[in-house]
Order: sequence, then C-alpha cells, then structure tokens
Amino acid sequence: MAYKGVFTFAEQIDGVLTNVSYELIGKARDLAKDLDEDVTAVLLGEKISHLAPELIAGGADRVLYLDRAELKVYRTEPYTQAMTYVIEEYKPEILLIGATALGRDLGPRLAARVHTGLTADCTALEIDPENKELRMTRPAFGGNLMATILCADHRPQMATVRPGVMVREVADPERAGEIIQLDFKPEKNDCYVTVEEIAKKIGQHVDITEADVLVAGGRGVGGAEGFAILQELADVLGGEMAASRAVVDAGWQAKERQVGQTGKTVRPGLYFAVGISGAIQHLAGMEEAEYIVAINKNPDAAIFSVADVGIVGDLFEIVPKLIAALKKEI
Amino acid sequence: MKIIVCIKQVPDTNEVRINPETGTLMREGVPSIMNPDDKAALEAALRIKDASGARVIGLSMGPRQAEDVLREALAMGADECYLLTDRAFGGADTWATSSTLAAAIKQIGCDLVLTGRQAIDGDTAQVGPGIAEHLGMPNLSYAEDIRIDGSDVIVRQQYDDSIYTVRAAMPALVTVLSELNEPRYMTPGGIFDAYREKELTVWGRDDIEIEDENIGLKGSPTRVAKSFPKSVKAPGMTINEGADESVQFIVDKLKEKYIL
Repeated sequence: MAYKGVFTFAEQIDGVLTNVSYELIGKARDLAKDLDEDVTAVLLGEKISHLAPELIAGGADRVLYLDRAELKVYRTEPYTQAMTYVIEEYKPEILLIGATALGRDLGPRLAARVHTGLTADCTALEIDPENKELRMTRPAFGGNLMATILCADHRPQMATVRPGVMVREVADPERAGEIIQLDFKPEKNDCYVTVEEIAKKIGQHVDITEADVLVAGGRGVGGAEGFAILQELADVLGGEMAASRAVVDAGWQAKERQVGQTGKTVRPGLYFAVGISGAIQHLAGMEEAEYIVAINKNPDAAIFSVADVGIVGDLFEIVPKLIAALKKEI
Repeated sequence: MKIIVCIKQVPDTNEVRINPETGTLMREGVPSIMNPDDKAALEAALRIKDASGARVIGLSMGPRQAEDVLREALAMGADECYLLTDRAFGGADTWATSSTLAAAIKQIGCDLVLTGRQAIDGDTAQVGPGIAEHLGMPNLSYAEDIRIDGSDVIVRQQYDDSIYTVRAAMPALVTVLSELNEPRYMTPGGIFDAYREKELTVWGRDDIEIEDENIGLKGSPTRVAKSFPKSVKAPGMTINEGADESVQFIVDKLKEKYIL
C-alpha cells in the first residue's frame, strides 16, 4: 500500500483539544489540497470520542480515535505505540504534530521507532509542485537562520509545528466526515513509567497566543514592579501582558508569558514592545504580529527594525500618558 | 552507578550576528561553548555523584575540537569522557545522531543517561528521546528535578500547563532543562586533572558497533535543502520626540489603522 494522506495528531488535555490541534488541521487542508488527498486527525485518550465531531468541524475529513484508560494522561510509551499502530495500519504520507512540550516528546520517539525523519518546530510547510514532497521550513541558530528540510526516502514525512503560526479554519458544524474507532491495545514494556502526580501550573489560564493585543515588557522595565503600568496598558486595550526572555530569566514574569524562540510564537493584531531591545530570539516569536509599536530609550534598538511605530523615549514617562490618552479614546 | 551525560559543543548563538548588508550569518569569532542544557545535565549527574556516589561519563559526537567541552566536563568533575569523531559520522541529522550515540552508550554501559533538553544551535529536542528509543529505555523529558530512589529515578517533568512527577525503573534517559540547576565552575585542580590525570577516549567509526546505514549522512532521513536568512519586513516610522508628541503619534497611528 502506498503512503497516502495528510494526518495530524489531535492533542487533547483533560478532554479539551489544544489550539494547535486545530491549527494543524488548517495547514493540513492546504497540503492535502495540493496533493489531492484527505486530512485525517488522530485522537488518543480516554472518553474522548465527543471531540471527534469538533475535529471534523475544524476541517478534518476523517477522525481516527482510540479510547483507552492507559491513554488518559499523556505518557510517552503508550502514545508512541498507538501512533506507531496508526502509521503502520494507515500509512500516512505526512504526519503533523504540534510542537508543544507533549508533541516534542512524542514526535522524536515516534520517528525513531518507525524510522523516518522528523523536522522540529516548523513555521512553514508547503508541497513542492514538481515532486510533491513536503518542504518543511524551520528557524535554526536561535532564530538567526531559516532552513528548509526534506525527507525524501522515508515515510511518513513528519514535522512538529510551532503553535500560533498556522491558521485554523473557521469551524463548520455542518461539515461531513468519517469517524472511526480504533481497536488497539498498547503493550506494557520496560519503557513504561508510573505517573505519581500531575500538578497544574498556577496561572495556566494565561494563554498569550490567544490574545489579540499583547503588551510585552523587557529588561528596560527595570523590575517586577515596573510591570504594573504594562498590566494597566494591557487592561485598557483589553489585552494580555507578555515578556521577553530576560524578564522571565530574571523571575519578574512567569515563563508562560515569554515570547520568543524559546518561548511562544504570537501573532496578535497589536503588539506593544516596551523596554525590549529586540534580540533575534525575541523577534522570532513576535514579528508576525500585525501591528507593532515599540517604545525604547535606545534609538539603535533592534526592535525598531520590525516596528510599525517606533518611539524613542522613557517608557515610564510615555506609558502613563498613553494610558490616560487611550482611556479618553476608548 | 554509572551515569552517561551527552554533551554537545555549540556556537554561542547569542553571539551570532547577521551581516546587515548581505543578510548572511557571521560565524567568524563566535565562541564555541558547552550547550547550556547539557551543562545542566552534567551538573545534575555530578550532584548525584556528590550525594550518593556515581561514575560520571561525558560523551560527545563532533569534530576533534569538541574535545574542549569534554575537557571542561572533566574539569567540572566528570570521571572520564568519550569523543566520537569520524568523517563517517558527519552530516548526521537527529535520527543518525541518536542512533550513533545510542550505539556508543550501549558499549560503555550505564544505569542512567542524562542529556540536555535541546541544543541552542538546532533547538530540536529530538536527540534525547531518539537515544532512549534506540536503547529501549524510557525517556523522561524536561526534568526540573531528578531524584534517585533505589533502582528507580523520579523526575519532575515540566509540560506546558502542568508538572508531572514520574517514576521509572533504570536504565532510563532523562532530558534536562537549564533551569534545573546552576552549574559549578571548574576548579584549578580540576583543570589540572582534566588534562593530566583523567581519561578522554577518542572513538572513530570502527570503534563502535553500528551499521553503516544508521550513521552519518547515509543514516539521516532528512536533508537540509537550503538555508537562508529570515526575510525582514520594512521598518515603519520611528520618532524621537517628547512624551506628549509620542503619545499623540501612537494614538493617531492606531486610529489610522482602525485599531482604535
């Protein structure tokens, strides 16, 4: 049987599909169209069949789901076994996995097992019009360089895809699709681990990739206290606060608010970069924002090279005045 | 107990600059360093050694000059090191790299493998889990805490929205976050030992048992088709005026774009 079809891994946590699961389907639709093939989403977990129609509405032509107690919480081995089964049974041409912490754990294990290539953290995917191969593009060297990777002789062509980069389809509850329950039992072996505890991170409700307005602060904000005015600006604009790596490393803000190559990729409608110099690794995470306003006292700051509006000046003077002015406008 | 720590020599990507005229990467003068996550993995191994005794072995694959980071590992307190260096290993992607390292680990033998989560030049985070798969061991990714409990290892793993506490029977592989610890410095005595007393074994192609189709370029399912500098969008307008003018400028621009 020839390898065929674009497959996506539908990541769910506690019965909720992650955003990137929909983004993968959105991208898979483009690729499948160029290949004249179908999109299949693979859903693993316990009591998750109710999510299958959501994936169809999100653009999948077919959903394969496996409902088993040992898949309730993510563990590398049973998930790898289940995905290996899907690959061997259904022979996908392409398999996309979200480059979340979970996906970046599952992907390499799975690729090593089925002996195929895996391109990490892709930000662009396209089908070569000549030979129909998948061209996978990703940042390398800390975001300094882009590389396009091919996987010519092994199948499936596998990629993990950066959350927040691909665009999800508008859900259509009327879409028709096929839902298939898989029959597979993962086998216990030496690679099994025991999960003793799962603690939810505090403040997990903050998802900066979902915000339409982000007010991000950098080292120039001077300390954790300095973020109070950024929070106020974010509140006035109905947005969320974000931070650069320096700020997170210094402990002024939580990791989940970090934008950049080692943080999150965001593409809000409006991005305020306040006191951020614009290291390449930061730009990698935010330059796709639709409109960028940068405030920095250093006129040579690299952030101005990507900003639509650049303000050279003292943020502690400008931001409070800006808040006052915006309050009058909104 | 034997712990193998996988260590990569990487260019310090924070020091990499783009030539503004040509848009190409300027690699000249960029220092080579021990990959930060790997350094944290080494520190974690040394702490286990300090607490309960262990033999800590550094392992790297790379060009001959990767010996520098292994000497650094010895100076920090590793007991011995292995460097896999051969043209035949060159051009390896993450699949071939992990199969090669796994073959060496199998020959050296150990109870625990520690790797960094990812290297700063590639950011793939694929080699650790790949090694574990080739060795048939569990992999415990993103460790922010590692404890040894008899023949088990207990790891706190940082996932996106939750922290897993997981127990695995050794042998096992753990990938380590640089947040895990603050790596120690080399001591003068340690540096002396690293060059005079301790062993650094260099292995070539014929020293490890592995099929030709699982190493180097030939063993790599993926190929880099091209690499290119990031396209940069044209900058907008930057002003250097007083606070009031600046605020007015922002408000006007946001209105012009119908954001307000």
